[in-house]
Amino acid sequence: MGTTPMKLDEFLISPAETARRHGPHDRIVMSSRVRLARNLKDAAFPGWAKKPERLKVLETIRPAVESLPELKDAFSDVMDNLTALDKQILVERHLISREHAAKGSGSGLVFNREESFCVMINEEDHLRMQALRPGLQLRQAWSAIDHLDTELEKKLDYAFNNELGYLTACPTNLGTAVRVSAMLHLPGLVLAEQINPIIQSVNKLGLAVRGLYGEGTEALGNVFQVSNQMTLGEGESAIVERLDKVLSQIIEHEENARQTLLEKKPKVVFNHIGRAYGILANAHSISSKETMNLLSLMRLGVDLGLFPAEERSAVDELFIVTQPAHLQKQFSDKLSAEERDLLRADMLRDRLKHVSRPNAKKGGSGLDKPANL
Amino acid sequence: MLCSICKEKPATVHITQIVGDKAQKLDLCEECAKAKGVNDPSFAPADLMLGLGASQEIEQSAGGVETKCPRCGFSQADFKKSGRLGCSECYKTFAEGLEGLLKSMHKGTHHAGKVPEALRATREQSDRLKLLQKKLAKAIEDENFEQAAQLRDEIKQVTPRGTGLSVT
Repeated sequence: MGTTPMKLDEFLISPAETARRHGPHDRIVMSSRVRLARNLKDAAFPGWAKKPERLKVLETIRPAVESLPELKDAFSDVMDNLTALDKQILVERHLISREHAAKGSGSGLVFNREESFCVMINEEDHLRMQALRPGLQLRQAWSAIDHLDTELEKKLDYAFNNELGYLTACPTNLGTAVRVSAMLHLPGLVLAEQINPIIQSVNKLGLAVRGLYGEGTEALGNVFQVSNQMTLGEGESAIVERLDKVLSQIIEHEENARQTLLEKKPKVVFNHIGRAYGILANAHSISSKETMNLLSLMRLGVDLGLFPAEERSAVDELFIVTQPAHLQKQFSDKLSAEERDLLRADMLRDRLKHVSRPNAKKGGSGLDKPANL
Repeated sequence: MLCSICKEKPATVHITQIVGDKAQKLDLCEECAKAKGVNDPSFAPADLMLGLGASQEIEQSAGGVETKCPRCGFSQADFKKSGRLGCSECYKTFAEGLEGLLKSMHKGTHHAGKVPEALRATREQSDRLKLLQKKLAKAIEDENFEQAAQLRDEIKQVTPRGTGLSVT
């Protein structure tokens, strides 16, 4: 397609602004997301379709998506117009999947200015549309994407079967084709060594727990994604309600774990947070992985009142801008991993030089009320 | 830890495989691992993605491995390779093999969620028809012919004319 490439970095919300966004329970629930998969009735699924068919699907779906009021003035482009670095930036912002980042000709992307709606065209399915919200807002995200989907079904002919629901490329997504998920920051459960039993019991409830960047990734920075696994035989609202209930329990467990750690092992907690600050504020070379894990502890330090509350957005911003593609975008895409580690450390030292050392005496003042059990 | 296939012998082979963007962990005993051909490149990703036995289940369905989707040409071997289907019609083509698979991976096998507006009326109608037909069969079985006649009339009313929807 001969469209002029859009400037992605001019469109994306700045990391500083993203870090200032708030939602319910956002100390623990970083974001909520509901994703729907849809396919057109008369075309092969993207993984099996030949290029001309994929292009035709893209040409059918993209204008339909662009015509929706929610996606007016949206960023809209074909994947071949995006550089590898741009795609990686989008992955780091959690706007697209790693699978979609690997797509080129025949795939497309549309997302709105607020970054609250994002539509991937020809990922694993013809359409993967998602609504994103800060904090715990599963119901809001579901109703937003439900509405978008209802508008879109008037313009597109979906593959739907009375018995099996929405038909998807992978049978695991069949039926509602919905994935409801939340990104959780759980340093308390990790430090208290309670995370594994929690993950196991969540798994038993038919929910999946994944790492920071979704399927098959590790839990960097104590960030975990919890989502439904089953999509057939249960309605969307039931799935949302079930996940919401489980998330409320995880929040409670995380709060309890933090409280107990502070009461029983305050030195252990302060030691972890103090060392995290020490390294982040003084290192001259630091990897992305170590940075995430230590920033997670600083974030916990803000939650526990060891750092002033206003430092939270600074920490959250660093979470975004210290990732590899973001660093390359800011400096140069020719940076080697070693050079990135030096620049990352420079950035961290610079940004943290005005953040005073963690004040253990104030610790505990910023803690949430102990949850009622 | 016991082998996830035989559930008898201790698992000594632990594998994590990434297929597309899906990761699956398996713990197998040596024999089952060998039987599954873990070190063999023909080890079916469908098994990893959709659970063990998935590829076998598919193979056992009518027509065997030779079955191809008449619309998109996708074959069972392709499914075994990718764990994904070729087009929406494939769900009809491979329906038999998929049934057990869906049962094992989902809460149910009947869609219980959103229905596109345009199909809602016909879906409600077909659900109602199914219910009436069930009632009719029961009435006949119970030799309750008066009720059966009533139900038959109701079914006639609900059945859209000329749609070819069968009443039997």
